[in-house]
Amino acid sequence: MAIVIDMPKLSDTMEEGVISKWNVKEGDKVKSGDIIAEVETDKATMDVEVYDDGVVLKIVAKEGDAVPLGKAMAIIGEEGEDISDLLDGDGGDASGGEKAEKKPKKDEEKDEDAEKAGDDGEDDEDEDEDVDDGKAKESGKKDGDNGKDKDAGKTAKKSGDKSDDGKKGKEKKDFDPLFGDLNGDEKTKDAKAKTDSGDDRVKVSPLARKMAEEQGISLSDVKGSGPQGRIVKKDIEEFDKDAAKSSKSAKPAAPAADMIPSGESKELKVSQMRKAIARRLAESKFTSPHFYETIDIDMKRAIEARGALNELSEVKISFNDFVVKACAAALRRHPAINSSWMGDKIVQHGDVHVAVAVAIDDGLITPVIKHTDKKGLAQISRETKDLAGRARDKKLQPDEFEGSTFTISNLGMFGIEEFTAIINPPNAAILAVGTIRDVPVVENGMVVPGKRMKVTLSSDHRVVDGASAAEFMNSVRNFLENPTTMLL
Amino acid sequence: MAELQFREAIRAAMVEEMRRDESVFLMGEEVAEYDGAYKVSQGMLEEFGFRRVIDTPISELGFSGIGVGAAMNGLRPIVEFMTFNFAVVGIDQIINNAAKLRYMSGGQIMIPIVFRGPNASAGQLGATHSVAYEALYGHIPGLKVVYPSEPGDAKGLLKTAIRDDNPVIFLESEQMYGLKGEVSDEEDFTIPFGVAKVKREGNDVTIVAHGKMYHVAQQAAKELAKDGIEAEIVDPRTIKPFDMKTVIESVKKTNRCVIVDETHPFCGIAAEVGFQLQRDAFDYLDAPIQRVTVPDVPAPFAKNLFDLWLPGPKQVIEAVNAVTYRS
Repeated sequence: MAIVIDMPKLSDTMEEGVISKWNVKEGDKVKSGDIIAEVETDKATMDVEVYDDGVVLKIVAKEGDAVPLGKAMAIIGEEGEDISDLLDGDGGDASGGEKAEKKPKKDEEKDEDAEKAGDDGEDDEDEDEDVDDGKAKESGKKDGDNGKDKDAGKTAKKSGDKSDDGKKGKEKKDFDPLFGDLNGDEKTKDAKAKTDSGDDRVKVSPLARKMAEEQGISLSDVKGSGPQGRIVKKDIEEFDKDAAKSSKSAKPAAPAADMIPSGESKELKVSQMRKAIARRLAESKFTSPHFYETIDIDMKRAIEARGALNELSEVKISFNDFVVKACAAALRRHPAINSSWMGDKIVQHGDVHVAVAVAIDDGLITPVIKHTDKKGLAQISRETKDLAGRARDKKLQPDEFEGSTFTISNLGMFGIEEFTAIINPPNAAILAVGTIRDVPVVENGMVVPGKRMKVTLSSDHRVVDGASAAEFMNSVRNFLENPTTMLL
Repeated sequence: MAELQFREAIRAAMVEEMRRDESVFLMGEEVAEYDGAYKVSQGMLEEFGFRRVIDTPISELGFSGIGVGAAMNGLRPIVEFMTFNFAVVGIDQIINNAAKLRYMSGGQIMIPIVFRGPNASAGQLGATHSVAYEALYGHIPGLKVVYPSEPGDAKGLLKTAIRDDNPVIFLESEQMYGLKGEVSDEEDFTIPFGVAKVKREGNDVTIVAHGKMYHVAQQAAKELAKDGIEAEIVDPRTIKPFDMKTVIESVKKTNRCVIVDETHPFCGIAAEVGFQLQRDAFDYLDAPIQRVTVPDVPAPFAKNLFDLWLPGPKQVIEAVNAVTYRS
């Protein structure tokens, strides 16, 4: 019995994974526990393991393909097994699971169709399409999306056909003496493939599609005025005019620009991580009401303590480690900050898990130091270094970057004096740490050199109020200004 | 140029060809002494005599077979059916013999025969006398099918049909016999098969319509023009061979197409034209192709039902509104 290997859920926020590498090819034998592929999720590159023995019958998704959660990546089974059913079932965007349930209904539906044909000759032609129609029709009735579903089903078929290239490829002819010119079919196929390639299923007339292509108009920018939002000729023509207008109005503003050769703009592919950052942080910033509190902390004693500790410690303890430790201790005392907004309730977490934002290529990730409040500075330092190193290599496991209750973002090393950070959901707060500055301070009536560090807490007002945030910040200040108190 | 009725144009074509070629003759029910059921062959008996204008018994299978045999032996018969609804009785001779003998004899036997007569509905004639047969004959390899809409086309195309060495189904309409139009009186005026004619120019929608439905399309176009929609009407004139090139050129200009067709929808003319259009003009279509046909139901007798059954300008206008996104 052939088994479909679906895209597994490799992180709690992933919605799709990109196949970054296949370790097997069609025809290879695999056994339970083999790592068959590497998948780039929104957070890291992860291994995909098989749980069954067999032969790789079909690689459904190529390297570089994005596969939605639960959709087929590959099929394994016994050598020579017929997997056409499984391939059909995986019809494009339409859910593969549904297909199996619908099959027994097909006959019923045909009867209905036949009756309909008698009532209304005009519709007859729709009935003789391929068998996928049964399903397409049903969804079509619901949302008027008929044509597209049909296409999706056919595309899946087509890709299925390709698998037996050897046999079918040879039968392909340019001209068939019995049935006439087949060249036209080729064209149609191409056009269809294009229609299906868009994720967002833009409805567009063939002419409008061609016009948009010729004029370099992105169809996703065009609003369709036809039935079910179909983009038609008129929409492209009118869109063109609008575009022309705006470029006209922009022109007089920069007359000198003609003299300067313009630089080349680049379009960058959005990585899975970039997508996740964009989605999650936009969601955080736009749904949770942020408010900000900044304090200026005297770091003189922390600097002294760090110096003393580093003389003994095997690992070099950083100021960030101090901030982590201070926050962990403060979170334990202020459970209101160590919380999450869950829509209809607030959860105050029993454990303190502080995440530290780590910049990596093309994004950032927030590895978690579990039970931070129970750990000493040396251990925090060691774990942070290990996690950050592996984060940069994209080798973190999901449990290493999930489950935080609070996050710290430190840009001190870049000389940033102070900044505000966006809360990392489902946390209720995030601390933005600035650099340690040399400032003149007044001590016992004398101006003396001092060391100060500004930290800003962004809080979710649905969970945290100004006063409780202030109390937390005072605890953080006390710990950092009197480092020995953290030893308690 | 002369203004002739449709029936006169057909008669002129037959008379001219019979004068030109001794092997051409006309046979059918009431074609001689009665001057033709619809007076198409009026006066022909007088000119050509009983040998070349032959009254047959009411026996379509029999006289169709005589026609096919005569053609096999070198004559050029014109077989008139009182209506193509009666030709169904003789259809074995048409489909199995006339259409296939040249093919089955490896090209040794020619069948230069014209089967002609009125086609399709003509008012309240009931289910069995109201069928449009161009799709059925068009389906059969070996037959050419012609269905002119105007007297001028009728004369030129019938002369081409009589001169063709293959069986031709030449379709007319009881309701068009009285229709007047300009007809060329040039002796050698013929119209080649497979050449459509753009009979009205417009930029907004292409209407493909042949035979009787061509006139329905013209009425619809007049109404649409009042609303500022300029329809281009293409009359294919011959159903087989069909001039897709002209239709495609027009659709490239208008980006929209309505096919008006008096045959039933399933496997009808519109089905074939629509298929070829989507295959060969896909990138030029701004809307799904629409068709206007009689429904997939035999013709009703009752007047109120018949009027619902037969498409008129209203249905054409509705289809044009759909393809121009006006509804």
